[in-house]
Amino acid sequence: MFSPSDLLLIPFDEWVNSLVRDFLVPNFRPLFRAMQVPVTAVLNALEAFFQFVPMLVTTAVLALVAWRTVGRGLAIFTLLALFFIDMIGLWPETMTTLSMIVTSVFFCTIIGVPLGILAAGSDRVWAITRPILDIMQTIPSFVYLVPIVMLFGVGMVPGIIATIIFALPPIIRLTNLGIRNVRGDLIEAAEAFGSTRWQMLWDVQFPLALRTIMAGLNQTLMLSLSMVVIAALIGAGGLGLTVYTGLGRLDVGGATAGGVGIVLLAIILDRITQALGEKSGGRTQSLRQTLVSLFRPRAATVDEANKTGS
Amino acid sequence: MKTKVKARAVYKVFGEAPQDALKRLERGETKEKILEETGQVLGVQDANFDVEEGHIFVVMGLSGSGKSTLVRMLNGLIKPTSGQILIDEDDVASCSPERLRKIRRDKIAMVFQHFALFPHRTIAENAAYGLKIKGMGAAERRKKALAALDQVGLAAWADSYPSELSGGMQQRVGLARGLATDPQILLMDEPFSALDPLIRREMQDELIKLQKTLKKTIVFITHDLNEALTLGDRIAIMKDGRFVQVGTAQEIVANPADEYVSAFVADIDRGRVFTAGHAATEPAAVQLSATAEEALRVMEELNRNALYVLDGEKIAGVVTYQDLSASARGDRDETGVASVLTTEYPRAAEETPLHELYGLASSGLPVAVVNGEGRLKGVVEPESLFAQLSTDEHSTDNAHNTSAKAAS
Ligand SMILES: Nc1ncnc2c1ncn2[C@@H]1O[C@H](COP(=O)(O)OP(=O)(O)OP(=O)(O)O)[C@@H](O)[C@H]1O
Ligand SMILES: [Mg+2]
Repeated sequence: MFSPSDLLLIPFDEWVNSLVRDFLVPNFRPLFRAMQVPVTAVLNALEAFFQFVPMLVTTAVLALVAWRTVGRGLAIFTLLALFFIDMIGLWPETMTTLSMIVTSVFFCTIIGVPLGILAAGSDRVWAITRPILDIMQTIPSFVYLVPIVMLFGVGMVPGIIATIIFALPPIIRLTNLGIRNVRGDLIEAAEAFGSTRWQMLWDVQFPLALRTIMAGLNQTLMLSLSMVVIAALIGAGGLGLTVYTGLGRLDVGGATAGGVGIVLLAIILDRITQALGEKSGGRTQSLRQTLVSLFRPRAATVDEANKTGS
Repeated sequence: MKTKVKARAVYKVFGEAPQDALKRLERGETKEKILEETGQVLGVQDANFDVEEGHIFVVMGLSGSGKSTLVRMLNGLIKPTSGQILIDEDDVASCSPERLRKIRRDKIAMVFQHFALFPHRTIAENAAYGLKIKGMGAAERRKKALAALDQVGLAAWADSYPSELSGGMQQRVGLARGLATDPQILLMDEPFSALDPLIRREMQDELIKLQKTLKKTIVFITHDLNEALTLGDRIAIMKDGRFVQVGTAQEIVANPADEYVSAFVADIDRGRVFTAGHAATEPAAVQLSATAEEALRVMEELNRNALYVLDGEKIAGVVTYQDLSASARGDRDETGVASVLTTEYPRAAEETPLHELYGLASSGLPVAVVNGEGRLKGVVEPESLFAQLSTDEHSTDNAHNTSAKAAS
């Protein structure tokens, strides 16, 4: 039976090989090395911090945040979950994973939010960005591990870079969406009073899009978590590594312990960021106010809610 | 008086090839034909008008007639396809973005049909928005915002959020936001359309009251002719993007330019458009020293039942034909008008709308129309009051004549 490959066999794999090996790697190696520098710096600082702070302090702070943002239920859950993680001996791995995730979310935010804002401001930028995001989200994450290893090498930082690439799309998409969905009459009102682009962005568009942006942040965070095991394939550490080595040795117990750690961490972070998003989206709170309310005595916030409610 | 806003041959075409649409328009094609053949919408065609400082210029028209398009061009939210829009000396259609921003910050504020309050800001912060944009410090702008809120009676709500306020209150916040920057020009795009009739009336009265002290230059958009007639110093009636008539309320009601305008004018409340000054006839009066015979003769000549009596320049009272003839028959010594003078008489200021005269006229006595100094400027006979309110040709002509007289 005839098939097109009889006529012409395209050496696609060869082309990609030569593109990466003969063009990207020799020419842009310094650039890729330079890209690692800020990621390394943030990661090392966070990792050192989380490993340094005593377990009980970290747990107390996380439980407090959970209490403030969500409620007593999640606070108790946080306490129990973190105690459990510590008791199964995975505290250091969990802190490594936490610092990896925070690093990834940090870079996703500082890259994704401005990109989303740019895309919202111009249909042309969005027309270019959108297919790229589609591709990023449809390529299976294993596929780009190879070029990443070739360009960045193996280790923690390449693992995080893979995570950043994987987790970036939702925050760009939702920032774009949030800003585009700000009511047209509010934009017009801001313009009619003589706002500059910055004032418009800062006073009107950003705060009104915040709820949607926070939803994007939550998704980005969840995607980062889902990448920790895959990132372990190229040398990232933490809970992902525990799972991965368990897998390699057919050590069901070790793999499960790592997996449970990831799930518990995921639940805590998911609930907290979701609640933050809901709060900031309400008419009453800006991000700043939400953060401030974290540190205020609880009774005061309740009072305030009553006052504005009446 | 100074002209604050000037529009000269302003056109706005929504579409890909606006110049082509303008050429077609020149050839005499209609808005519908251009839309059909090119898919382009004529928003505004050939708008020309001046707004004097301190005046309210009302643009009235049905939905889709291009009112919003017109008012948005005045502060540059929409660029006209051709023509000039001058705010003082600046052409907002062609000036630089920086200049435009400065004009918006310093001179023009806008009040929106659907309020357009920022939901994430408190009422005070909303009212202070224009000041914040200008870079004023937090404490000072709060003070000014509170003052503006106080003007519209909402100071107590300063720290609430827009969603906690009713529609009418939100619109007052919109007004306060406009007033807080103390702009010279206020653009109001159907600000009261979303309100129910009672609040609407209240807001109109409030605007008139505010305008008495603030003396802003206002361009006010509405689709309600009664509202236009109540508020406007001058009124433009718009249809299909074109002005069909521009004039004062009385001019439009008395002389509608075409059938379109007369159809509108047909069922408006004339009692609110015309004032006592318009309905007044010339003040025939006698002096207090006159004898009853003299007064009776004047009445017979003028065919009146009552006559005002002046003491020098002041109004002393009114005498009726009945009382006078009774006193003339009863052969008493003093037969002067003073003996039968009624000092209780109905009076109204020149600018009192006619509908407020109904009650006064029910006494049967003619209503004295007085000017600011209390001098008699004319009288409104009960019959002529109702003639003025009827819409048939004869009486409107009559009304026009008397208003011309009253003005001279
Ligand atoms: N952005 C736009 N693009 C295309 N056509 C428009 C646009 N804005 C307005 N138009 C058209 O211009 C015409 C005038 O619209 P405009 O909004 O000025 O009417 P309006 O008098 O304010 O009506 P309403 O009382 O309903 O607010 C309409 O036919 C409308 O379809
Ligand atoms: Mg409109």
